Amino acid sequence: MRDIRLLGHAFNPGMLIEPFVQSNPGLGGVCTFVGEVRSDPGVEALELTHYEPLTLPGMHELADRAFGRFDLLGLLMVHRIGQLHPGEPIVCVSAAAKHRRDAIDAVDFCMDHLKSAAWFWKREKHPDGWHWIEPRTEDHADLARWNN
Amino acid sequence: MAVTILFLGPLRDMAGEAAREVPGPLDWDGLLAVVGEEVAGQLQEARVNVACRGKVLADKTALDAQDGDEIALLPPVSGG
Repeated sequence: MRDIRLLGHAFNPGMLIEPFVQSNPGLGGVCTFVGEVRSDPGVEALELTHYEPLTLPGMHELADRAFGRFDLLGLLMVHRIGQLHPGEPIVCVSAAAKHRRDAIDAVDFCMDHLKSAAWFWKREKHPDGWHWIEPRTEDHADLARWNN
Repeated sequence: MAVTILFLGPLRDMAGEAAREVPGPLDWDGLLAVVGEEVAGQLQEARVNVACRGKVLADKTALDAQDGDEIALLPPVSGG
């Protein structure tokens, strides 16, 4: 079962994960990661923009690669776009597999790619205005782990 | 008909607008000439990509946009 989505409104990860788990009979394990907007001091809001012709197709290609690389039964990948506030979920990736390692690694793989190789641009609203966020060097190092 | 140039992410602030229409056809030198000095400087960095007709160009300097095409200027990303 494969469910790849961009959402322009707030979502409750539990409402997605429950049906996702139910739709993958025979699984041996499910691994789920939920990323939320951190309550960093001074951050009032966060905005994610995307580019329609590339962003969702890019997420589907990423899912194809995850299915090719890991032994998966299902993959859920949901990413927010638009304006968010601290505490709101921004991304949810869940993988169902027969064995735990495939599920855990697939989520790790998808998250590393979503952080620094998917078509999203993120900016934070501080008291003095909006600031664009660039991926950190750690994000690129995380991504490079999958290059072999 | 014209070529539409979209400024994504921080490039939007540099350009002062989200999109601009210019007469086609438009090649790499033409693009650099119409986007303003600051955006042109960014475009020449390897980490900034260019998409045309919904596909990222492997070689952005080979840009060949015709009337009706959409070009997207894609700075480094930050998701998740």
